[in-house]
Amino acid sequence: MTTEYQAVFAEFEPIIGLETHIELGTNSKMFCSCSAQFGGDPNTHVCPVCLGLPGSMPVVNRVAVESTIRMGLALNCSIAQWCRFARKNYFYPDMPKNYQISQYDEPLCSDGYLDVTVPTENGPQVFRVEIERVHMEEDTGKLLHAGGAGRIHGATHSLVDYNRAGIPLIEVVTKPILGTGELAPEIAKAYVSELRDLMRALGVSDVRMEEGSLRCDVNVSLNRQGEGWGTRTETKNVNSLRSVERAVRTEMVRQAEQLRLGELIILETRHFNEETGDTTSGRSKEEAEDYRYFPEPDLVPVAPSESWIEKLRGTLPEIPSVRRARLQNNWGISEFDMQSLVNAGALELIIASIDAGVQPSAARKWWTGELTRVANERDCELEELTVTPADIAQIEGLIFEGVLTDKMARSVFEGLLDGEGNVAEVIDSRGLVVVKDDDLLVEAINQALSESPDIAEKIKSGKVAAAGAIVGAVMKSTKGQADAAKVRTLLLEQLGVKE
Amino acid sequence: MTPGKIDSEQVKHLGKLARLELSPEEVADYTLQLEQILGAITSISAVAADHIPPTSHPIPMENVYREDIAVRGLEINDFASGAPSFEDDRFRVPRILGEPG
Amino acid sequence: MSDLTRQSAATLASAIARREVSSEEVTRAHFDRIAQVDERVHAFLHVDPESSIARAREVDQQLAKGELLSPLAGVPIAFKDLLATKGVPTTCGSRILEGWRPPYNATIVDKLNAAGVVSLGKTNMDEFAMGSSTEHSGYGPTHNPWDLERIPGGSGGGSAAAVASFESPMAIGTDTGGSIRQPAALTGTVGVKPTYGGVSRYGIVALASSLDQAGPCARDVMDTALLHAVIGGHDPRDSTSINEPVPDVVAAALKADVRGMKIGVIKELKGEGFQAGVLERFNQSIEILTDLGAEVIEVSCPHFEYALGAYYLILPSEASSNLARFDGMRFGIREDDGKDRSVEEVMSATREKGFGAEVKRRIMLGTYALSSGYYDAYYGQAQRIRTLITRDFAYAFSRVDVLVSPTAPTTAFKIGEKLDNPLAMYLNDIATIPVNLAGNCAMSLPIGRAPEDGLPVGLQIIAPPMADHLLYQVGSALESALADRWGGLLISEAPTL
Repeated sequence: MTTEYQAVFAEFEPIIGLETHIELGTNSKMFCSCSAQFGGDPNTHVCPVCLGLPGSMPVVNRVAVESTIRMGLALNCSIAQWCRFARKNYFYPDMPKNYQISQYDEPLCSDGYLDVTVPTENGPQVFRVEIERVHMEEDTGKLLHAGGAGRIHGATHSLVDYNRAGIPLIEVVTKPILGTGELAPEIAKAYVSELRDLMRALGVSDVRMEEGSLRCDVNVSLNRQGEGWGTRTETKNVNSLRSVERAVRTEMVRQAEQLRLGELIILETRHFNEETGDTTSGRSKEEAEDYRYFPEPDLVPVAPSESWIEKLRGTLPEIPSVRRARLQNNWGISEFDMQSLVNAGALELIIASIDAGVQPSAARKWWTGELTRVANERDCELEELTVTPADIAQIEGLIFEGVLTDKMARSVFEGLLDGEGNVAEVIDSRGLVVVKDDDLLVEAINQALSESPDIAEKIKSGKVAAAGAIVGAVMKSTKGQADAAKVRTLLLEQLGVKE
Repeated sequence: MTPGKIDSEQVKHLGKLARLELSPEEVADYTLQLEQILGAITSISAVAADHIPPTSHPIPMENVYREDIAVRGLEINDFASGAPSFEDDRFRVPRILGEPG
Repeated sequence: MSDLTRQSAATLASAIARREVSSEEVTRAHFDRIAQVDERVHAFLHVDPESSIARAREVDQQLAKGELLSPLAGVPIAFKDLLATKGVPTTCGSRILEGWRPPYNATIVDKLNAAGVVSLGKTNMDEFAMGSSTEHSGYGPTHNPWDLERIPGGSGGGSAAAVASFESPMAIGTDTGGSIRQPAALTGTVGVKPTYGGVSRYGIVALASSLDQAGPCARDVMDTALLHAVIGGHDPRDSTSINEPVPDVVAAALKADVRGMKIGVIKELKGEGFQAGVLERFNQSIEILTDLGAEVIEVSCPHFEYALGAYYLILPSEASSNLARFDGMRFGIREDDGKDRSVEEVMSATREKGFGAEVKRRIMLGTYALSSGYYDAYYGQAQRIRTLITRDFAYAFSRVDVLVSPTAPTTAFKIGEKLDNPLAMYLNDIATIPVNLAGNCAMSLPIGRAPEDGLPVGLQIIAPPMADHLLYQVGSALESALADRWGGLLISEAPTL
């Protein structure tokens, strides 16, 4: 893989581009008052507007516009003084009106940039990704394919849930990213990761990638050294950071192979297979739909005043790169440690854990240690694990109260990761409670002493080191649910021995 | 392709775009009628120069927004009976061939 | 009170308010009339006498308890079938919506319910409001009460005919290029297209969103004013709804005075293509207005000749998109032969079967006009013409208070006469279309019968945006002058059927 990948650069220079759709975390949908909450029973967050019933009309969500403007400002974009929504016309059963309300040639935000940091052999390197536009649109409903193993091909029919239809989306489109060289996949990943962190920092979305709330279309083309730009392909719906990286990499390798064989790259959409990491051919752009865009006549223009924009600018939080530098300093860790923490996708989870009451060092320990190991083992993102910052806060609290030992805490994590339920449920089902009842412990100690009278004598005679054997026996008889230090104290008390 | 000139292939393509399963007679009729209608209205292309701004909203208005408050919408019983096919609380549709936009 | 169906809405409302007659009696009388004549007129697509009468009884009880609902409480009304009515069949005159019952009400339906107005049912129309004769209904044509062989105009022929045949004292229509005014002219009734954004469009199935506007239909100016006052006003569910108070149309109708007003006759809308008898009645009305103390001058709107062309690009373009949702997936009929057809095929088959010829023709035209490569030449250019027409109006209104023209170039034509010639049909709206393109308000008022065929002729009054009250002020002045000459309203001369 590595050599195959490296071979690309002997002949070709990659150009990549990313179109990222992110669901905004508003209370209500883009054009109606239905809940924008993820999930829910099918077709329970719907009304005449988002079902596209005849006669219904859209009304724009103010917060969605404000979120987009704030995102645009954070991406150093200029904000349009006047722009309109447009209808993108095409038929598809997940789209209730058979047109999507989007923006076409008048995006709300345009011409910005985002600086991203990528690790290299020579240490972290900053790369500037230029932003073409940020615009608003609405999401589509969710299709469930019946028969044919849940895939669209071979399905006998499909079932549609419109809860997601009309959830506000922003689309962030980069300009063609040139000059990345071998770093193209890493830059693509770092860009999406930075975009996600920015949205979270702005509070415009909590970007739950595992729920598909961030979706990326990855454009890749190769140009032969000294020649013009090559034909690009667009790999659709790449939904995780790792996949973005992989999609860029495999598409570069594939295109290089094609070109070396003297074959042409076709302007087409491609699909990314999460399991194999391959891309497969989709629709060629020649048979692409003619979307017949025109200004949405049911809505009036968005014309943000200077004062509105300035007010929103005033609400921008510390941007992630500045915040990272501050936290690195606060926690007293190296730039390298900070960067690996970020690369592992642990930063936001650590911060969230700290916000939930966990000590910074403990939060770092769990996320970069045990949990990163499991994520690597399972080939998934940290945030896809079924452990939340709240869980860690709860477990840490239980350790502090002496309800759990460190060892038992690991068992709780195991249970959480295996989907055995929430913290309380795992503790319950695994029977993980420290025996705190002194009488019970004393009983167990006396039992152990009577079984090993010789050791009891040794301890009494002042050989305190021998206590370990009794403590071990007690831990065994309590199935590890006692606090060893406590057992030791009680044991010495029982025998009237002082340390 | 010249504006105003319509042939039957174009009409078939438009039928596909508009999701209309046109009969051969309809293709012939629409080819003729569209050309007639467009012929009668092409006079407009000569009138308004580029410096005339287009009007998309008859009454100029801007910045009409709704506050971001979620409200419960319809119940399934309100629309399920009006759907041609409804199953497991979802709209049932025939198998899908093409890709989304 | 003698024949309840011959009374005006205002008369009925005050009799009901004084408890001289009940809403139930009034409602029953209208259903008797519907039973008597609608088989021949075919104004209605759906009636449900039982629930209408039950509703009338409720209103009677509310009135008895002293709960004053509105100046129109207890009076019956008919809704064009383009309005969503909760639990009541709504077809838009199309087979594709056969049997569909919306789960919600249009805003103006809610407003009228709250005002204690009693729905009689849904009226016939050209399919999705595309047409000028009501012959394009998927459920058969409506007949003009003045001559059952003739069309009542369209697309709101059902609403106009229901009012003209005394099946309902008033009705709601919608007007995208003349669909309230032209039927009013052809049936000897009054119809008003309010300022764009003056009446909520929420729940009115969209034909061309930037042109559509709902409005009142009745037999006299005061009734349309009373109805306008109830349905008008801001609606937060319609983003294009104007957030200002409704002009005081009722006070203006009472004022009925044109002394000192400047009235402009549109030069481009009174010559070629207009029937002689239509022009004769029009000119006579101008003389009357002058006699009443108005100053009448001629004004030119040079870009009106391009209005029809711009309209037949904008309307089909918007309609092709608005009608995309009718695909047999979520509501309405689905054409599925069960032979494992794909969703693409089923959508196409459903639309092919469910839509009539005129609807398909306009969808094709709009799809073409919006297609890549043609957008600028067609849709973009049409929107520029729209600007020029708006400027023509602005210039004219800098010189006069209101403009007038004949509403329609001819009186009602025979059923079938223009069905095979779309272009000839489109010319019916030549005088009404510029108003929709610019968003102005306008009224059609009966001004007599054409000598050559004895059929009603309408005069169109046009006022600037949000000056709807001027329509009523001028309309009621002319109406009462004409009534003085005729000894009553023109509609009283209509055949009794």
